This record gives sequence, structure tokens and C-alpha cells, in this order.
Amino acid sequence: MWDIIKLLLNTTVFAATLRMATPLMFTAIGGIYSERSGVVNIGLEGMMLIGAFAAVAVSYFTGSAWLGFLGAILAGALMGFIHGVASIKYRANQVVSGTAINIFAGGLTVYLQRLIFNMAGVSPAVPRINDVTIPLISKIPWIGPIIGKQNPLVYLALLTVVISHIVIFKTVWGLRLRSVGEHPRAADSVGINVYKTRYVAVTISGALAGAGGAYLSIAHLSRFVEGMTAGRGFIALAAVIFGKWNPLGALGASLFFGYADALQMRLQEIGIPTQFVQMLPYILTMIALAGFIGRAVAPKASGEPYVKEG
Amino acid sequence: MLDRVKKVPVHVIIAPILAVILALIVGSAFVLTVGENPLHAYKVLFQESFGSMRGFATTLQRATPLMFTGLAVAFAYRAGLFNIGAEGQVYIGAFAAAWVGFTFSNLPKLIHLPLAIVAGMLGGAIWAAVPGILKAKLGIHEVINSIMMNYIAYFLTDWLVLGPFAGSSWIPESPRVKASATLTRLMPPTRLTTAIYIALAAGLIVYLILWKTKLGYEIRAVGLNPTAAEYGGISVAKTMVIAMAISGALAGLAGMEQVLGLNNRFIQRFSPDLGFMGIAVALLGKNHPVGIVLAAILFGALQTGAAAMDRLTAVPRELITILQGVIIFFVAAEYLFSRFIKVKGEA
Repeated sequence: MWDIIKLLLNTTVFAATLRMATPLMFTAIGGIYSERSGVVNIGLEGMMLIGAFAAVAVSYFTGSAWLGFLGAILAGALMGFIHGVASIKYRANQVVSGTAINIFAGGLTVYLQRLIFNMAGVSPAVPRINDVTIPLISKIPWIGPIIGKQNPLVYLALLTVVISHIVIFKTVWGLRLRSVGEHPRAADSVGINVYKTRYVAVTISGALAGAGGAYLSIAHLSRFVEGMTAGRGFIALAAVIFGKWNPLGALGASLFFGYADALQMRLQEIGIPTQFVQMLPYILTMIALAGFIGRAVAPKASGEPYVKEG
Repeated sequence: MLDRVKKVPVHVIIAPILAVILALIVGSAFVLTVGENPLHAYKVLFQESFGSMRGFATTLQRATPLMFTGLAVAFAYRAGLFNIGAEGQVYIGAFAAAWVGFTFSNLPKLIHLPLAIVAGMLGGAIWAAVPGILKAKLGIHEVINSIMMNYIAYFLTDWLVLGPFAGSSWIPESPRVKASATLTRLMPPTRLTTAIYIALAAGLIVYLILWKTKLGYEIRAVGLNPTAAEYGGISVAKTMVIAMAISGALAGLAGMEQVLGLNNRFIQRFSPDLGFMGIAVALLGKNHPVGIVLAAILFGALQTGAAAMDRLTAVPRELITILQGVIIFFVAAEYLFSRFIKVKGEA
């Protein structure tokens, strides 16, 4: 029993939790912007994958991992924008457009991988963003080993959560964003540009998904691996719902899912199959939606194209 | 009367064709990046898939599971439901079919094979009914639950073939299904099997259910306007669950084909996105069985020709995946074509 408690509170596990949660945090926050504006983004997975690839490609050609990170953000933003054009301007079914992006991303990344690196499966190693040690904090017992020495992107993800919470709930733009997602017609009638707000939100969502993908390829690893997001875009989507479309909630969900991920190997040692741990985020999300842990309710206009009158 | 012979509006045929042509043009840009002539690449591609009987048989084999998943997505769509969970239903259906196939022995084929096929349908139906029930009873959007159930299906079947039902080889897969539960090959050495007949029959049955039965009338009524349907005395909740279950059964048949026809065992993560491709097939086929069969053949042809194109030109086979994504995108954004043709609000 004591062993299990020690395992569950292990600092190495907590440090790994933060690492596993980072790509989820970026992407889930992205998902929140999009959903809050009324655009469902099933394409997060594909946008992450394209971000992961762009990061490696730019890092490879420039020798700078940070430029790679920037490249991932831009590539993700472009995909987000394309999703926006389809679902806002051309009123495409948002789920279908997102699915198209996921399939497209799977093909494009492997295509470019073979074209640029002439390798199937994995890319060569590229410069990565190195971990940093924070001088004082790393010395604090118990806390230090968890947050004292991490990848800069881990801190950046946490910062993104805090900033997004402020942007969405404490700024005028955030209020507009939420009103566009709840009552586009009412928002329109008071002079808010529904289309523009949605475009900005979906583009931000792509950019953040790209950042999440970049964490996987040039911070966690230092190369691109075919299909390396492995469903994390969908886990991020689950985190959006589990966190009730709220940045702090999504942070909690990401940390929880990351914790499950970090514990996986250790749980297997005590006889719990990894597959059951891997299922957990998805099962919990269904339970959350069904209202057993406080009903999760989506923004009202989520998924509906808005057609301006007149 | 809804049963009257309908004139097919022009846009129903033109929009998908435009989407495919536009996608091929976008694909050309990718072909040019590797310094190949797009026309040459496409010629190699389609020559492989349509140029010989053997190639065409492979095209049909590839098209078979897509017909099932395309019909699955379309069936739910007619009830106003988006079944993005076909992928998970394919896996559960496949495993159920495999389980019947490798567990029972000494059964005559006449009993064993139909039993395995029905098991596949049942597996898919049960998996799809869950989001259907959650939608009908609690009003939860089926899309999110279906996505979640896709992943639960992946990990569940991973576990099944790694643990309790691991086969004897080092690859994560189930034991082989008994010969009495396999579909008959029509044109060896191609792997085209009698599943193609089942797929075409399924298309006909879907047509008959949707347009010639009371259930089909109710499904379409719910799809068009659930509130009005409820007022008209139709149980919307019941209709939704039935529609999802039938949709899942169709997706389960795709899994069945992969197990009893193609691989003769359940291989971990075997599906090349069959469920998601089903969305593309259904959309391109305008959610009508005839269109779905044609769209599935197109996608089957692309996949069949991909390897030849990869081998004979400098174009990587992943061009096909890109094309498939772009086709879906253009079909989804059909409104794009509204300047050229009249597009109604239908799908």
C-alpha cells in the first residue's frame, strides 16, 4: 500500500506529468478559442501533426530550434485559417472540414518527409529546444525536481493557459469571442464582427495546436516520427470538454491525462494493462458529458455556420 | 408523396465531379514539386487501377470496405446524425467476426460464415448504439462520444490481441479464422472476395429501407426536422438509436470484410482509416447508395494505383492521402461552387 502511495506521489512521475501534459495544454487551449467562437475544431490532431513536422523541417534547414517552433506556429495557424475559410466563409460542415484536415495532414507530412529527408518513418535528428534549470526553484525540495528543470515550452504552455484565461474572461475581446459563440445573431446586432472574430479564434487555435505538435517533435524528441501525435489532438479535444471550455479547467484535465500517461508504465508493472490507462481520458470525457461529474455544456452556437442577414 | 420518382438536381452530380477535378489540380501542384508531369503520374495511377482485369479486381477489393463505411455514414446522416465513429465500429465489428471465426470449429461453412458476418454487424451495431442512446436520452452530441469511442475501440482491441486473444506470431494479431468462416475469393491471386456482393446488396437494402419502408420514412423525417417528426407521432429517440445501430452494423461489415476476406485474422490497428474515409465516400456519393458505390470505386482506384505510381514515378504514394483529404475538403466546402452552379443547403 505504502509503495503505491509512494509511486503515485513520486516526483519523477509529477515531472513526467508536466511533460506529457504540455502538448495537451497548448492544443486544448487552442481548441477552447475555436469552440468558444462557435467553430468546432476536430482538425486539432492534423494541425498538431503539421506543426510537429514544420518544427522539424525549419529546425533542420535553419539550425535553430526556436525558429522551428515559430515555423510550427505559423504552419498550424495556416491550417487553422484554412479550416476557418471552409467553415466560416463556405459554411462547410465543421466536423467534415476538420476530418479533411486530419487526413490531409497525415498524407502531407509523410509526403514531405519523403521529399525532404528521403526517409520513411522518421526524420534525421534536428536541433531541439533544450531543457533549462531554474536557479533557485530547482533547489526547493520536492517542488524543485518537478518544476525546477523542465523544457522552456513547458513553462510557455503554463503561461499560455494563464494568459488565455485572462484574455477570454477579463478582456473586451474575450467577451466578444464568447458572445459570438453563444449568440452570433445578438453579437452581430451590437456591431461585433462575427466572421472576423471567428477567423481570429480558429487561426489562434491552429497556431496553438502547431505549438503543441512542435513540443512533441523538437522538445520532447528531436525528430519527426510518422503519425507521432497518435491521437493527442483528440485527447486535447477531450480536455477541452472535460475542462468545460475553460482554460483552467483544460489545464486540470491536461494535467490529469498527463498524469495517467506518466503512470502508464508503472501501472503496467503492477499488473494494470497500459491500454486501460490509455482509454481513461476518453471514458472520463464520456462520463463528464453524460453529466455524472457536473454537466459539460458546449457553447450554444458551436458547430453552426453563421449566415449574416441581408 | 415521398415515393415519387425524383429528378436528380444537376448540382448533386456536378458538385462532386468538380470537387474531384479540383482536388486532382491541387494534387498536380504536389506532383510538380517532385519534378514529375502530373498527367503522367495520374495516367500511371489509373492505368494500374483500371487498365487490367487484375487491377480492376484490386480496385473493387479496396472499394468494398469503403462501400460499407460510406453506407454507414450516409445512413446515420439521413437521420441527421454524424457517425464519425465508424472507425471504432469497424474495429469492434472486425474483432467480433474474428472471434466467431477462430473460436468455433467443426461448423459447416453454411453456418459458420453467416454467423461470423452477423457477429461483425452486431459488434458494430452495439458500438454505434451507445452514442445513439446518449444522444437520444441525454441530448449529448454524437460526434464527441463517437470520437471517444473510436479510441476506446483502438485500445480495447489492442489489449484483446496483445493479451487474452494473442495469436501465435510475433505480430499483435488474433489467431487465424477457420477456413469455414472465410469469404470465397473470386479472382485469385487478387483478394477480391464475395464481400463485394454483400456490399452491393447492402447498398440495395439501404436504398430499400430508406425510401421504401416506414422506418426509412421516419428516419428521413427525423433527419429533416426532428421537432416536426416528433409532432407527427414519430419517436425521435427510438428512430435515432435504430439509425445509429444500423449505421454501426454497416461499418461492422467493413471490419468483417477485412477479417474474413482480406487478412483472415484480426491484425492490431489494421484499418487504413476506413471509417474516416467512409465520411469522404458518403459525402462524395451525396449520401445515396449509387453515389456511394461510385465514390468507393474512385477511392479504391486511387489506393490501388498509389503503389504503381510510387514505383514507376518519383511521386510518393502519400499523394493519394493528400488527394483524399482535399476531395473531402472541397466536397465539404461545396458552397465554394455556388458561383458556378446552384447549390442548395443539402449536405
